[in-house]
Amino acid sequence: MLHIKNLHASVNDKEILRGINLEIKPGEVHAIMGPNGSGKSTLSAVIAGNGTYDVTQGDVVLDGESLLDFAPEERAHKGIFMSFQYPVEIPGVTTTNFIRTAINETRKARGLADLPANEMLKKIRATAELLDIDRKFLSRSLNEGFSGGEKKRNEIFQMAMLEPKLAILDETDSGLDIDALKIVANGVNKLKNKDNAILVITHYQRLLDYIIPDFVHVLHNGKIIKSGGKELAYELEEKGYDWLK
Amino acid sequence: MELKDKLIGSFLAFENTGLADLDSKVHQERTEAFNQFEKVGFPTKKDEDWKYTSLKAVLNTDYNLFPEMENNIELKDVKRFFIHEIDSYKVVFVDGVYSSFLSETTHEGCDICLLSSAIKKPKYKMTIDHYFNTIANKNDNLTALNTAFTNEGAYINIPKNTVLPKPIQILHFSTGNSQDVLLQPRNLIIVGENAHVQIIERHQSLSENATLTNAVTEIFVQKRAIIDYYKIQNDKQSASLIDSTYVSQKQNSIASVNTFSFGAKLTRNNLKFYHNGTHITSNLNGVTIIGDKQHVDHNTLVNHKTPDCESHQNYKGIYADRATGVFNGKVLVHKEAQKTNAFQQNNNILLHDGATINAKPQLEIFADDVKCSHGCTIGQLDEDALFYLRTRGIPKEEAQALLLYAFSNDVLDKIKIPALKNRITKLIALKLGVNLGFDL
Repeated sequence: MLHIKNLHASVNDKEILRGINLEIKPGEVHAIMGPNGSGKSTLSAVIAGNGTYDVTQGDVVLDGESLLDFAPEERAHKGIFMSFQYPVEIPGVTTTNFIRTAINETRKARGLADLPANEMLKKIRATAELLDIDRKFLSRSLNEGFSGGEKKRNEIFQMAMLEPKLAILDETDSGLDIDALKIVANGVNKLKNKDNAILVITHYQRLLDYIIPDFVHVLHNGKIIKSGGKELAYELEEKGYDWLK
Repeated sequence: MELKDKLIGSFLAFENTGLADLDSKVHQERTEAFNQFEKVGFPTKKDEDWKYTSLKAVLNTDYNLFPEMENNIELKDVKRFFIHEIDSYKVVFVDGVYSSFLSETTHEGCDICLLSSAIKKPKYKMTIDHYFNTIANKNDNLTALNTAFTNEGAYINIPKNTVLPKPIQILHFSTGNSQDVLLQPRNLIIVGENAHVQIIERHQSLSENATLTNAVTEIFVQKRAIIDYYKIQNDKQSASLIDSTYVSQKQNSIASVNTFSFGAKLTRNNLKFYHNGTHITSNLNGVTIIGDKQHVDHNTLVNHKTPDCESHQNYKGIYADRATGVFNGKVLVHKEAQKTNAFQQNNNILLHDGATINAKPQLEIFADDVKCSHGCTIGQLDEDALFYLRTRGIPKEEAQALLLYAFSNDVLDKIKIPALKNRITKLIALKLGVNLGFDL
């Protein structure tokens, strides 16, 4: 599904990614771990199309098509979703209206008509129920005054509504207490299926107690220096990153 | 002929039209105001208050000073400029002349009618003499010019304990079919003790000929009275507006003026509040969204003369292309005005390199036990926020519009008439060039 080939990326001529290779197949959960400054967030930003970074070499290919020339919204239309570490507050626009716009823009890009209002409502209800989200929460302004946990739950709600092929969770666990973490992880697990894939980016192992990865990759200095199964996460938790350097 | 000379030359003829008795107070005010204008003329960039706004380009036109109403306009042609979804009183002028056909006035329980008839009728003489031109700044030459040529406008007098069941809309249309016109509407509004009124005001040109409007509004807010005033400014590129609104408040009154400036060639808003009593609240809110080479200048004053009062100023500006904005907001706290709470906020976003904002917040505080603050920001759109929205599949233009809408949201939230809020958000969406598929 997603094929990252020898990816080099830099910001202001400073190289941050130095040749990343990664292949993610449908139904798989991959985790990227690494110390601060290893390039984790850059990798997710580059996949999602953040223009701050220049890709200097290599490619990011989704279902045989290079993503690099596409704008962030076009990548979203093709099935990439990225959950943010710090979601943005949009006063005056409810989550419901926001997600409606996002879904209909995606449908428009795919040559489909707007989803009729009643179907949209049904989908919102079903998703809220699945993720155990109070619907009152959805009529509040997007992320405005939300707690860290509420913001992350809102991200997962959006992910569920948009049904991406590949969901990237960038430091989704940061700032969450263990209860909030469980709720978010449960949501992700419910959305996981054989056709989609999840890329979890995290500094700590604890999220991986709840979202069990099939593969764990260690990122250091812009390169994947080790890959393994879920046990690698425990090893990192125990020994830290230093033994790998 | 220069516009000033033309105005001076036509004053005598205007005085002879017999609008007011030659021994009346109105006549006296007009004559004095005319002398003031004749002496000094139009302001120039040398005047401190006009440093960032030049009137040169709008004065350099041979305006017709007394346009005849040539065509009656039809309701269907102008309906979209009303907030027509709600029941309201309407005071409508076409080229400075009252249109009874488009208006809906009343004398039942309150007076919502015309200044010209109020000036002429003995019944209103005492009220007119008591209020007319008493808070308008006599040293402001444009206000003086308006006073000298005072002829027509809205006259609104809400007696005490009256809560008006529906808003009042004041609309000034200019047809300017064959010529450029100068209009000088004059409004007088008195809100009695415990009374409550909502007013929506709009100036709208219907032609490509130049229109210059020099409007003056005096508002008197008595004890415990409440007034919510909304100014919609979304005029054609051929139109310019100089608006001077003076608000005098007595104790425990609340006056709010919300100004939505979305277009015209040049717009200058002089908005001045004067406190005469304790526990007064004044709210000044504004959203400005302009582009091309449009110019909007907000010049505000809150004159805290009495203790225990508060004022809140919140102005948001979004400037695109080569547009220029000015925010010159002054808070004056006299020595007697202890326990004043005065806040001023001015946030601006410049969308393009050619856009300019000149912000000049001024606090002059002579009392020692007050809470005053001001904040001013000038920035660009948050790139991270834009990226966030785009990763959800929302294209750049729409994402920008959503962020700009969110930026102005706390001012929009102050609109207490839902149909009006709806209209303003639609105007914003239109202005930002997006269709979001929902009413923001």
